[in-house]
Amino acid sequence: MNNPRASGATTTWRAQLLTDTPASRNQARLGQFYRGWLQFKRNRLAVLGLLIVLLLIVVAAFAPWIATHDPYAQDLARRLLPPGTPGNWFGTDEFGRDTFSRLVYGARITLMIVVLVAAIAAPIGLLVGTAAGYAGGWLDTVLMRVTDVFLAFPSLILALAFVAALGPGIENAIIAIALTAWPPYARIARAETITIRNSDYIAVARMQGARTARILWAYIMPLCVASLVVRVTLDMAGIILTAAGLGFLGLGAQPPMAEWGAMISAGRRYVLDQWWVATIPGIAIITVSLAFNLLGDGLRDVLDPRKS
Amino acid sequence: MIHVRDLTVTFGQGTRSVRAARDVSFTVAKGESFGLVGESGSGKSTVLRVLAGLNPYWTGEATVGGVAVAGRDARLPRMVQMVFQDPYASLHPRHTVDRALSEPLEIQGIGDVGPRVERALTDVGLGPAFRFRYPNQLSGGQRQRVAIARALMLEPKVLLLDEPTSALDVSVQAEILNLLRRLRQAHGLTLLLVSHNLAVIAHMCDRLAVMNRGQVVEEMDVATLRRQEPREAYTRQLLLASRGYDREVAAGIVTYD
Repeated sequence: MNNPRASGATTTWRAQLLTDTPASRNQARLGQFYRGWLQFKRNRLAVLGLLIVLLLIVVAAFAPWIATHDPYAQDLARRLLPPGTPGNWFGTDEFGRDTFSRLVYGARITLMIVVLVAAIAAPIGLLVGTAAGYAGGWLDTVLMRVTDVFLAFPSLILALAFVAALGPGIENAIIAIALTAWPPYARIARAETITIRNSDYIAVARMQGARTARILWAYIMPLCVASLVVRVTLDMAGIILTAAGLGFLGLGAQPPMAEWGAMISAGRRYVLDQWWVATIPGIAIITVSLAFNLLGDGLRDVLDPRKS
Repeated sequence: MIHVRDLTVTFGQGTRSVRAARDVSFTVAKGESFGLVGESGSGKSTVLRVLAGLNPYWTGEATVGGVAVAGRDARLPRMVQMVFQDPYASLHPRHTVDRALSEPLEIQGIGDVGPRVERALTDVGLGPAFRFRYPNQLSGGQRQRVAIARALMLEPKVLLLDEPTSALDVSVQAEILNLLRRLRQAHGLTLLLVSHNLAVIAHMCDRLAVMNRGQVVEEMDVATLRRQEPREAYTRQLLLASRGYDREVAAGIVTYD
């Protein structure tokens, strides 16, 4: 079918990835991945979103090398400078700290919040949802009523209550957001599980003697993960906004930490005369939130199981 | 090999309950190929799912190879396996052929996975080139071959077949039936085949039972079926109907209960 000697090296690895007769599980998996990438690539906006997210990651990873100043170094002689000032291209805040450097370090915090919330909330939701959907009966009822209770609260209000109880701080903000983020994931995972739990391949696994844990892990979860990844990516914008909101209210990141929401909060006192102090971190939040939304949209087109 | 006595399957409860099978009894000898025939809703697939251990709501007696079907006996997976009707729904969409065939071995703790998978693929006429494909890279007939290979991975004595060809193209149906006949001989399998297609039953089976409304109407051997000499009026009607649409036959169809 695909002759590896057909032409140059580039076609060879493409042919290997796209071959109908992969020689190993890994090659088959990579092939699927590559097909997905080819489809994803066609969505320009999604690629833009991916690039911005990658940029966020790069900036967060290399913050000390990218930042031009120490984000905590105060210089009261140079406070509230407008953007475009030589040396402080994004301006300075009320303590004369360089806004660009604070944005760069803030990327670390934003990324940490997003990653940690996703890493805590998604597995909890997946586990609760698949267990409830597969077991059915009283376990389903109990787990879903608990989920309903969490869903009934507006997430920012519930996060506020948690933070108020646990004390302000970035770690507690992450825990609070994670605790409010998992119920929709449980709902999605349960709905997916119910549509597949009576399918023939699950019946086959049961006939082969597979235990419930194996059926959940090897058969049901892989099919739920796709829609969950899409949903988590789309939620990341909301997570960033909630974290920024908590920071804005003084319940998330504490001064002098360079967190974008807290930066807006500090800048709001000067918003009429020195608008850029609050606007620049706001633009950063909008950009990253939008990027995650675009990425999620693109992923949905590729991963939606109902399309294949 | 298969003993079923007074098998009754009830779905639902109280006044809204439906008895999908009523006092079904039959016996299949070792190495025999037995067919269950009937129109849609006659309860033939229900009986098959009970024997597969997939339906817990039944009363009566059912043993396969001396093992009681009730109570999830650990010996059952190696005694009885099943091939489903729709090959598009019976393979996990995110598992390669290799994974689908390795799973039963890993679940049962059987080693020597790679060579066994390759042998199984060759056995069903696919060959090792198909080993790492995903189901969406296979045709319906190829998928059904994979499903058959998967059912045989644990070397069961009994194979349950639920309309194994009715979702396939006519040209592929014969291939799959011939494959099943060959595998039955090679592995000494006992087959229990459910179908509404009398030609398939006549091709595959030694004996058959005709079901209507959850009950076994009559049992006969294939020679009787070929001579078109059934005992019961219902079976005669089924045979007439199976020849294709005929205005006179259609007008004369009676509901038997």
